[in-house]
This record gives sequence, C-alpha cells and structure tokens, in this order.
Amino acid sequence: MRVPLWKIAHARSGDKADRADIGLFAFDAGTYAVLKREVTRERLAAHFAGFNAGPVELWPLDNILALKIVLNGALQGGAARSLRMDNLGKCVAAQLLRMEIEAPEDLPRLKAN
Amino acid sequence: MKSVRVGAGLGFYGDSWRPVRASIERGGVQYIASDHLSELTLAILQKDRQKDPAAGYARDGVPMLAELWPLAAKRGVKFVLNAGGLNPQGARAAIARAFHDQGWKAKIATVTGDSVLERIDELRSGGEPLAHMDTGADLAAVRDRMLFANAYLGAQPIAEALAQGADIVLTGRVADAALTLGPLAYEFGWQWDDWDRMAAGLTLGHLLECSGQGSGGNFGSAGEWAKVPDHAHLGYPIAEVSEDGSALFTKPPGTGGRVSFDTVRQQLLYEVHNPHAYYSPDVVLDMGSLKIEDRGNDCVRIAGASGAARPQTLKIVAGYQDGWMGTGMIGFAWPEAYAKCEKSAEIVRTLVMEQGWAVEDTNVEYIGYNSLLGANADPTYRDQLNECFLRMTIRTRDRRIADSFGRLFPWLGLSGPPYVGSLKGVQPARELLGIWPALVRRELVEKNIKIELESV
Repeated sequence: MRVPLWKIAHARSGDKADRADIGLFAFDAGTYAVLKREVTRERLAAHFAGFNAGPVELWPLDNILALKIVLNGALQGGAARSLRMDNLGKCVAAQLLRMEIEAPEDLPRLKAN
Repeated sequence: MKSVRVGAGLGFYGDSWRPVRASIERGGVQYIASDHLSELTLAILQKDRQKDPAAGYARDGVPMLAELWPLAAKRGVKFVLNAGGLNPQGARAAIARAFHDQGWKAKIATVTGDSVLERIDELRSGGEPLAHMDTGADLAAVRDRMLFANAYLGAQPIAEALAQGADIVLTGRVADAALTLGPLAYEFGWQWDDWDRMAAGLTLGHLLECSGQGSGGNFGSAGEWAKVPDHAHLGYPIAEVSEDGSALFTKPPGTGGRVSFDTVRQQLLYEVHNPHAYYSPDVVLDMGSLKIEDRGNDCVRIAGASGAARPQTLKIVAGYQDGWMGTGMIGFAWPEAYAKCEKSAEIVRTLVMEQGWAVEDTNVEYIGYNSLLGANADPTYRDQLNECFLRMTIRTRDRRIADSFGRLFPWLGLSGPPYVGSLKGVQPARELLGIWPALVRRELVEKNIKIELESV
C-alpha cells in the first residue's frame, strides 16, 4: 500500500551553506528496512524537483535506524542570501514527510495508529 | 569514578537563557557551553559592525552572564561561550564593564586568532587559494566584496584557557562542539590524538550545541511533538561524561521537554553532511559506530564514538556582499483569497517591468498555502482558503530598487483586489550576504591564536 512517510517516521532538517540536510528516522527496525529500500536517491530527487537542487546524497545508519539525506544546492545559495520564507530549510523535513512510499500494511507503526 | 557534567547554554543568537538557570541550580553542571553563532549569525554581526566598529559580538552574552553569573560563581560553574563573534575584544570589554558595575570577580580568557579577513591576500600569495569548498570557484570573484572571514578553531585553546585558570572562556568563531570538547579534554587530560575520545567529546558537544533541540524541542514529527511535556519549562540538555568518553545524556530534574532515543538521534544528525566523516578541527567522527541506549526517565546512554585523525586544514567561513533584497507583502480574505494574491503578484510584476528595474531574481510565495512547503504544498484547498498572504521578494544589486519594491504594495489596498489586510508599513531593503566556505592549512591560522587572561 502507499503510505506517506509522516505516518511511519519522524524527521528534522537544517542548513549548511547551500545544502539542506535531513535526518529521517524509523520508529522500529521493520520500518527502517522499508525506508532503506524505498527512500532512494532517485525518488528523493523527484520529490524535491521543485527546488531545482543539485545531486542528492543518502547514507543509511543501521545503528540509529536512520537515513541521512543531503540536498545539494537547495537553498538559493544559502540562508543569508535566500529570498525564501524558509531560508534556513527548517521545513524541508516536513516536505519530506509528505513523500509516499510502498510499504506493507502490517508495519507496527501503522497498526498502532 | 570522575565524571564531568556539561550543560547547554544558548543554541543560537537570540535564544533564551531562562532554562540554563535550572541546569546550574539543580542540574549539577560544572560547565555551561553556550553557542551564540551560526553561519547566518556572522552575517548579522557583520551588519552590526558596519554600523558601529565597537559592535560585532553577540549582545546576548552580557545579559546572560549578568543574570546567571551570581548563581554560577556560587557553585563553581564555568562558562565557555563563543559570544565574541567577530569582535571578541569588544565582548570582553562589555562583560568586564558589567562585572565591574556589579562588583563581581572573574577570570576571563579571551581567545582570538580566528579572523583571517585581514590576512586573505597574504594567505593567497602564500599558496592558499581559498577556493569555494563546494564549487571550486576562485575567490577573486568575491574578494572585493568580502566582509568577514573566520576560521573555525578547535578545542585546544579553550582547554588551554581553562588550564590557565579561566572561569569564563570567551571565543570568536570556534567549532560549536569545541565549547564542550574543550572542558572535557581539560578535565580528563585527554590526549589530542586520542581520536576516539575526541570523537566522543565532539558527539556530545554536537548534541548540546543547539540547546532545546537536544531535549525535545523542534521534535520534527507529525503528532509526536505534541507528546513532549511542558514546552514552557523545557530543560536544556546536560551530558554527564566519563573518562572513557561515554556519557549519560539528560536534563535537569523537574523541567519540561524530553530526552529519549528519538529526540537525541534527531539532534545527532542535525546539520551533518556525511555522518561517517563528520569533520571538526579536532577529529573526524564516524557516527556509524555510536550506541544510543534509552534508559528511560529522560536519560540516554551514549557510547562507542569512533574517530579518525583531525584534518590538516581548518574550515573558513567567509561572507561577501551579494546584493539587496526587497520585500512586499499583502494579505487577502476569502473569497478567492489565493486568486487575489496571484493577481496582485501579476500586477506587481507588470509595474516592476514598466519601471525597467534591474532585478536578478523574484520569489513569489503564498503564506497560508506554500511559503514553507514550496512545491510540496497540497493544492486541494488552494481555492477555498479562508485567507492568504502574498509575499514577494526580489534580489537586486541596487539598494534603491530594493527599497522601492516594498512601496509598490500599499497602493494595492485601494486600487487592487478587495478585502485587504496586513497593510502594516513597508519593509526596507535588506542586505544579502553570500557565504564562502574554504579550507586553509591549519598551522597558518593556529600560529596566530592568542589567549588573554584578565581578572575583572
């Protein structure tokens, strides 16, 4: 089934020069395995196409059930020259949580809610 | 067995020090590590310095110490803060004045040597290109517009200042986490090439450097954020560190917020690029080996940090003038609130074109619809919004155009679409700064580091 990430994960984002970076976290190991499989660089690039950003970088961290995502060139050159309301990229994580992935119906987090 | 407790001070310029009181009074801390600087902060401080050469430091350091120092001094708690910003000597003078007025005594160490603005040409002719770290671009493109340039110093001068007997260590641009690693290295006598311990200190400093974000604040989630108790009295995080670098991460008893596996790992990855090579001046950290264990009751054990040798270079963050931003805003009520914002944007574009203004970029956002979610805003209810605000910003090289831009908007109140709100004056032009990250051989900077100890 299609599941938006906000139902099964949590996330925080920030800025460093012209990069927006996001930590995406599964609540449990089963969901982490799904995130690792489904949240790919290609899908992230498509989800953030509106940013006209450069390459997407992605690292899985098995020890904390997390994905580290970096969107290069996503902040109009950086917070101090950005024209955007969200010049610091704090809401980029919220944008990510709207992404939909294919996930099994029996994920613990889906059953709990 | 000896342990050292370091508590978070501020997490940014403008943060609240109210929660730090609980850490001092009942958190058992020996140090407060207070981070007043971000990349953006240096740009703000540069604007202050342009108006007044005696300014350029984080002004909240003085009132913070004025309120907390009597509590801290009584308990032997020391402060490490980077509130010196672009002008550590100015900050030192302001703190000394405040202490003198109150009749308080303290040994203040001021760490300088991070500014390289006055040495840019010397460094370049000495073989340091200072090319843009990400794009490789030549610094010559922005050299004559450069307004500040500071290297991130490491924890060694902080540890050295403490060894000299400082009660307060005041720095300019140091790596945020150095504010914590410095006291830990000093207290435990860690060797500077003991990479795993360095990595442990860096990890804990990184977890403390954003104050409330390490203890349940800004807990990015749908729904879970609301389960964090008592935001009004959120306690800032505290690391209780053992000699081997392992730590219990917690917050003062009786405060709000939450320290858990979830809140701690959110902060761990915050503003990190490659988590397997998190660079600092003192060590390169691999977060992949960390063990984070939730002990319950707002206590998380952190261990297993793994470090590699420190880089031979330091990172410089420089800022250069990059044009002016003009801002205009206008709000509309239902009906057709979004459509009226869109029409207003079209009208403004027409006027800008007819004026022949040289505008490099235009940004159009609809507050209440997409100003924070951008292209990922859900359009389902766009045309039924109760209200919507147009925010338009432009980038231009001409300050007068940026100023004039905002003045196009009030006129819309009588001559544009109906049911207007928010005509609350015109926003003046704002100076835009580009950030130029670069690398420099560390010894060229470190030979200029100075620690000045003063008893006030």
